Amino acid sequence: MDRCDKLVDVGRRQFLRGGAIAAAATATAVALPAAPAKAAALARVDYPLNRLGNVADLKPNEPLDVAYPDENAPGVLLKLGTRVEGGAGPDGDIVGFSTICPHKGFPLNYVAADRTLNCPGHYSRFDCEAGGQQIWGQATQNLPQYALRVDEKGDIYAEGVDELLYGRLSNVL
Amino acid sequence: MAYKRNIDRLPIIPADAKKHNVTCHYCIVGCGYHAYTWPVNKQGGTDAAANAFGVNLAEQQPAETEAWYAPSMYNIVKQDGKDVHLVIKPDRGCVVNSGLGSVRGARMAENRRSDKTGTQQQRLSEPMVWRYGTWQPTSWADALDLVARVTTRVIDKDDEDDLFVSMFDHGGSAGGYENTWGTGKLYFGSMKVKNCRIHNRPAYNSEVHSTRDMGVDELNYAYEDYTLTDTIMLVGTNPLECQTNLFLNHMVPGMRNGAKVIIVDPRRTVTANACEVEAGADNVLHLAIKTGTDLALFNTLFTYIADQGWVDSDFIAASTLQGDVAVPLDEAHPAALGSFEMARAKCKMSLAEGASITGLSEADIVKAAEWIAKPKDDGSRRKCTTGYEKGIIWGNDNYRVIGALVNIGLATGNIGREGGGVCRLGGHQEGYFRPSDAHVGRPAPYVDQLIIGGQGKVHHIWANDHYKTTLNATEFKREYNRRTNMVKDAMDAHAGSSREELVDAIVGAINAGGLFSVNVDIIHSQIGQAAHVILPAVESGEMNLTSMNGERRLRLVEKYMDGPGNAKPDCLIAAAIAQNLERVLREEGRDAYADQFKGYDWKTEEDAFMDGYNSGNPEVTYDRLRAMGNNGVQEPVVGFENGQLVGTKRLYTDGKFTRHGREDGKALFCGGEWRGLQAPGKAYQRDNFAFLINNGRANVIWQNWFLDKANDFVSDRFPIPFIEINPDDMAELGVKAGDLVEVFNDVGATQALVYPTPTARRKETFMVFGAPNGAQGNIVNAGTNELILPNYKHTWANIRKISDAPASAADLSFKSMEYSAG
Repeated sequence: MDRCDKLVDVGRRQFLRGGAIAAAATATAVALPAAPAKAAALARVDYPLNRLGNVADLKPNEPLDVAYPDENAPGVLLKLGTRVEGGAGPDGDIVGFSTICPHKGFPLNYVAADRTLNCPGHYSRFDCEAGGQQIWGQATQNLPQYALRVDEKGDIYAEGVDELLYGRLSNVL
Repeated sequence: MAYKRNIDRLPIIPADAKKHNVTCHYCIVGCGYHAYTWPVNKQGGTDAAANAFGVNLAEQQPAETEAWYAPSMYNIVKQDGKDVHLVIKPDRGCVVNSGLGSVRGARMAENRRSDKTGTQQQRLSEPMVWRYGTWQPTSWADALDLVARVTTRVIDKDDEDDLFVSMFDHGGSAGGYENTWGTGKLYFGSMKVKNCRIHNRPAYNSEVHSTRDMGVDELNYAYEDYTLTDTIMLVGTNPLECQTNLFLNHMVPGMRNGAKVIIVDPRRTVTANACEVEAGADNVLHLAIKTGTDLALFNTLFTYIADQGWVDSDFIAASTLQGDVAVPLDEAHPAALGSFEMARAKCKMSLAEGASITGLSEADIVKAAEWIAKPKDDGSRRKCTTGYEKGIIWGNDNYRVIGALVNIGLATGNIGREGGGVCRLGGHQEGYFRPSDAHVGRPAPYVDQLIIGGQGKVHHIWANDHYKTTLNATEFKREYNRRTNMVKDAMDAHAGSSREELVDAIVGAINAGGLFSVNVDIIHSQIGQAAHVILPAVESGEMNLTSMNGERRLRLVEKYMDGPGNAKPDCLIAAAIAQNLERVLREEGRDAYADQFKGYDWKTEEDAFMDGYNSGNPEVTYDRLRAMGNNGVQEPVVGFENGQLVGTKRLYTDGKFTRHGREDGKALFCGGEWRGLQAPGKAYQRDNFAFLINNGRANVIWQNWFLDKANDFVSDRFPIPFIEINPDDMAELGVKAGDLVEVFNDVGATQALVYPTPTARRKETFMVFGAPNGAQGNIVNAGTNELILPNYKHTWANIRKISDAPASAADLSFKSMEYSAG
């Protein structure tokens, strides 16, 4: 019982603190949009163009905590070390994902040994090398992945998300 | 790349949206949901006052929030002929699931037919008849007239054995009390059809004869017993995948309360992994027996527990039969039933024998016995809740194995008490209310084999798909296609004929060995490809529907949308068939027989409910069930007080056992000794083919695969059924992850994708059951356990590569399905 409550608390704390965790880990990485995104008048959500980090910040198979599209939406950047479909950067191996489980909103943990994100709430698993495909689990969608762009300076920008983020009915609030 | 919807925003449920009670209709757990609907040109807002949740939706919501829904929980459907938005989301107030949604139930909305979003276009929307060489849409009147005119040619008063019927007996989905009554009244009331079978087995029979014969209903506990017990024993079951929220919302809290877990399964499942995560590996005992040796294990445990004196003597004296044999072994009883001492003598098995047969260590068997029954240090009795399912139901020696497991529950006083129970975990919900089936007999006719043997002239099928889910399916399909094609040929040859000429031609083909097939279903199923008339049904939510779950919790699903086209509830289709049979019989001057088909003047499914279930349970009405909401009432309903239906939390709390119908209320023990693989042909396969093809379900592709074959999220993950193979075996076979392999043996062949599984034992594979494009039943032989219970689990075959991964499987993840904390 205690364990369950704590897990939920972790989730809530993380949300309450918002980008604090992400900001602490990547103090220079998160750039907030210059102006609030305009979500009201368009058919699709207007995503902010955020700089999440630089290629030089990434070490192979070590997750870099980020947040996107705002500080209350924690995520991760990964340099997988092998080229994957949808991978960005010079080696085609940089990917970014939301780290909130799309089932019930628990924070996912990264398992470097098999490059998966795992949910301690209800044991769901997502494959970071297969577009966030749910390997097994309770979520009814695969893991939201960032559309990434890397410029000539190696800066990594997120420009969109391909699934609805847990806990919000619009990806940009 | 994994399938992504690229949905970045959903319509917000307005504060004044309609809210309907919904019980998920897929599995037996029956999780509570709410369906919200509102006009398509309206929407809620982010302000607290402008949405159904009363919260500010312009903020990120926390974990486990009620104020969020996934794209899979949303659709646009018809309601009373108008387009409406639909959201179906889990109900936190339902005690069954407490707001949890499974990967199946949380896609209910997405799996509704929508002409706006294009989902589930495979749903049938109008009757069809075989005409001009294919199926042509037609009216109910035309289709039913043909059904009635052909059917009346092969049935007569007191002679209905040429009409074969395959009909669901379950709740949820398109079953439920309304629909089992409608079909039951037709075939067991107006008629006495003997040659019938149920959706998942080739005869009309119980799956658990022995527990019932012992006096113990198979659903005797409450789910809360898992939270009150000292030990959870799981036998041949994988509840994390197959009864997901029973596991997450009841078993996991039980483990967190300190319960230990015993798992009996030759295969390591994700359930075993999750139990280790929750209870700690030291508190989980996985008894990975040699497949099919459950009986030896249970008899050894029973013997050891009795020898140690860890039995509940007072309970045995007060609640079980004293003496010797009460029911002798005979054709209808594959083991003698009687007293504790009788069973003890029959089942006697030493630790050494048990260990040798099961392949377990004696120490592990002793540990299991201690966890089940060894009194605590203060002398108090230990509680044990036992759940079992298809591993033994569709396993070896069904009758004796289940009896032996119930023996342990009875001997230790673990039935009818808090923290006890020996129960099926179940597949569908239940919802059975029919006239007596006594005329069917026991053992019941083995209908599939009779059809293969050329018997039967007209076949009515209600939501059964033998082609995907029966045993001996290779032969069955071949023969069924041949016999129904004879009728198609005759119909093709009489295109343009009058109705009378056409019926004569069909009857001619039938009398030459053909079979006329009428298929009632929600989709055009695989066996439906052989049909001559196809009748479209609706399912839960497209009609009001009542069912009960695995703790006998009865709920009403309120209709929240229109069915597709002019599809109808099964109960009203059955009524319409009855009315057409009456009409045609009267035309033919067979008035006395026609009179048997009176009494179907139902306008709605509620009329069928009142005609059937309410006649036996007069307290229960739609209005009262609606008021009980998603928590409903646990059956049997015993009263109505203070505006509430009064139910029964668990059975047999008075120590009186009644399921066998004995007036003394005494439970019986089962005296079934171990005798190896019981069903014919199993030992031959074991000795002649290289791989065990164990089989079952998987989380994302469970019994809703008939809908999910048209669901992008699911078919993206598993476009073809998988087979788990040990990597060393893969190396020997020369196959890689994702390769397409053929699995073949003496009775047939099928196909699957290779899923590397290091935890699989050598030469022991696991294949997903019931796939639309790789039916495991193709390689299951015709041999059944006594009383015609299929043994799907004991199938052996060889494996060879067909091809590299097809394009649809090329990018799939083949990583371990087991959660890791890192």
